Amino acid sequence: MVMEIVCPAGTPASLRAAVKAGAHTIYCGFNDETNARNFPGLNFDRGEMRDGIAFAHARGSQVLIAINTFPRAGDEALWHRAVADAESCGADAVILADPGLLDYAARNHPGLRRHLSVQAAAANADIINYYAKTFDVKRVVLPRVLSVAEIAAINAEIEVETEVFVFGGLCVMAEGRCSLSSYATGLSPNMNGVCSPASHVEYHEDKGVLDARLGGYTIHRVEKDEPAPYPTLCKGCFSAQDQTGHLFEDPVSLNAEQLIPQLQKAGVTALKIEGRQRSRSYVTQVVRNFRAAVDALEAGQPMPEGMLARLSEGQAMTTGAYKKTWR
Amino acid sequence: MDLTVGPNQFFWSADRWTEFYDDLAASPVDRVVLGELVCSKRLPFFQDRIPDAITTLIDAGKAVALTSLALVTLKRERKQTAALAEMGVEIEVNDLSALPHLPDGTPFSVGPLVNTYNEGTLAWLASKGATRICLPPELPLTSVATLAKVGADLGVAIEVWGHGRLPLAISGRCYHARLHKRTKDNCQFACEDDPDGLDVRTLEGQPFLAMNGVQTLSDTYASAAHQIDALTRAGVSALRLSPQSKGFVPLCDHYRQLLDGKLSGAEVAEAICGLDSNIRLSDGFLTGKRGVDWSGKQPPDSHHR
Repeated sequence: MVMEIVCPAGTPASLRAAVKAGAHTIYCGFNDETNARNFPGLNFDRGEMRDGIAFAHARGSQVLIAINTFPRAGDEALWHRAVADAESCGADAVILADPGLLDYAARNHPGLRRHLSVQAAAANADIINYYAKTFDVKRVVLPRVLSVAEIAAINAEIEVETEVFVFGGLCVMAEGRCSLSSYATGLSPNMNGVCSPASHVEYHEDKGVLDARLGGYTIHRVEKDEPAPYPTLCKGCFSAQDQTGHLFEDPVSLNAEQLIPQLQKAGVTALKIEGRQRSRSYVTQVVRNFRAAVDALEAGQPMPEGMLARLSEGQAMTTGAYKKTWR
Repeated sequence: MDLTVGPNQFFWSADRWTEFYDDLAASPVDRVVLGELVCSKRLPFFQDRIPDAITTLIDAGKAVALTSLALVTLKRERKQTAALAEMGVEIEVNDLSALPHLPDGTPFSVGPLVNTYNEGTLAWLASKGATRICLPPELPLTSVATLAKVGADLGVAIEVWGHGRLPLAISGRCYHARLHKRTKDNCQFACEDDPDGLDVRTLEGQPFLAMNGVQTLSDTYASAAHQIDALTRAGVSALRLSPQSKGFVPLCDHYRQLLDGKLSGAEVAEAICGLDSNIRLSDGFLTGKRGVDWSGKQPPDSHHR
């Protein structure tokens, strides 16, 4: 079966563009703290979600709704309402991370298909089988800590589908288990749906040198005319002992397009593209390229080469944890 | 309020490890969680010391639990996790991967690296047998209060991160190995030279984080010294102290005296900073705008310049 392309949409326009470009599946979120890309101007209100899902369904595409932050104590109703609204909007599945919310959804909305978010960081067959048995999860988005060989071994031991990231931003830390951002800025992926938020970024220029600061910490420095990467914490520049550099990860993004055949052999069902914050034209191009790649694979033709390099915005690319030496 | 000592997050020699738990037997703490939390490659170096340490601590009247690994991916790690249940002491689950290995109905505790953010998750964990939960350090006091109330109703003791460098992230990649231009599989145990983690500074030389193999910690030592009244009012059962290489038993004494009303928060904070000149404090996750913030007075030379 052809591998499923799962594409991000931050806006209704992006959703329509993704459908037209050939995305099998689109994932998106409501415009509040319930999803892990809670950025200003992004995401869907209830009406937009209902219309977007109808648009996708009419053209044979599916829509998944990410409700993948961890509900705040005392305010769980907001997350519960999101699950109920996802079902009434006609979503094909919800993507959840919090055990309490999974339990709630399984008990109150048993007919609504559940996927396990990457934010749950389920990284071995034991825990995946446990989530499947306990919450009847049908698909698991694997955390970006596993090699292709490890993914194959997991798929040999589980019944549920797996989905893996193949393109876009790259978490270096196990997802859903990182509070670097809230330590420095007060806002975190788990609680607020944001990481290294733009509201806490400052650029400071002095004598031809441009410093990028996050929460007051200078974590990047370039000459004035050089491009300044966004100061994401784990890809910042730090010093330890006698070394200064990108101690955790270089400012790279993930591109595993050339690994698609191996991922298919490893039993992966769906390929996920990161970037609900990306533009409509970006979404269109990435979807077209990945759709061409999986169609070529299905037809037994060679993979198109180097097709996405120009979309990386000058950033270096990595295959991340899929190759064991990354560790 | 009780004192719990969390698992050592760092890589210490087996002798240092044994000495630490021998000393702890004479300290005024109620509960000790031990075992390997961060990296499965460290465990063989001290594994055979664990049974004796458990006996020593139990003989000294401490409750003892064994931690699971924080991130379980490899076959070896799955086996280590499954084997925990056979050790005959309570398990502290620090990755939900440990849950399927516990026999049905076995009571267990939950550590700070499991995402217990809300009432639903707390109730679900309680239904599986959790009797004690140390909340994630990221949670603010408002969440702590809500969860402590639910915990009281469900018979689950709620514990809060009381002291120590904050476990901010865990990764598949080993940063100590990367710093030494090695891979994780060939790390040559680069982390053993840093018994409290390796200082990571910003480009302006500000202390910011600490590297500990696959784990990233805060530079600051979180301290609940100024939050005891609020935590008591919230109904928190225990304060967790995280092991450090210098002055840990005196540190336990300071916190005990604080809980008994014999020392003030400011006195305890000052005493802690006196143990090691490299210690800067924070309590921002509980009360501040950001995790690194500190509600008390920083010593001179701190990073809050």
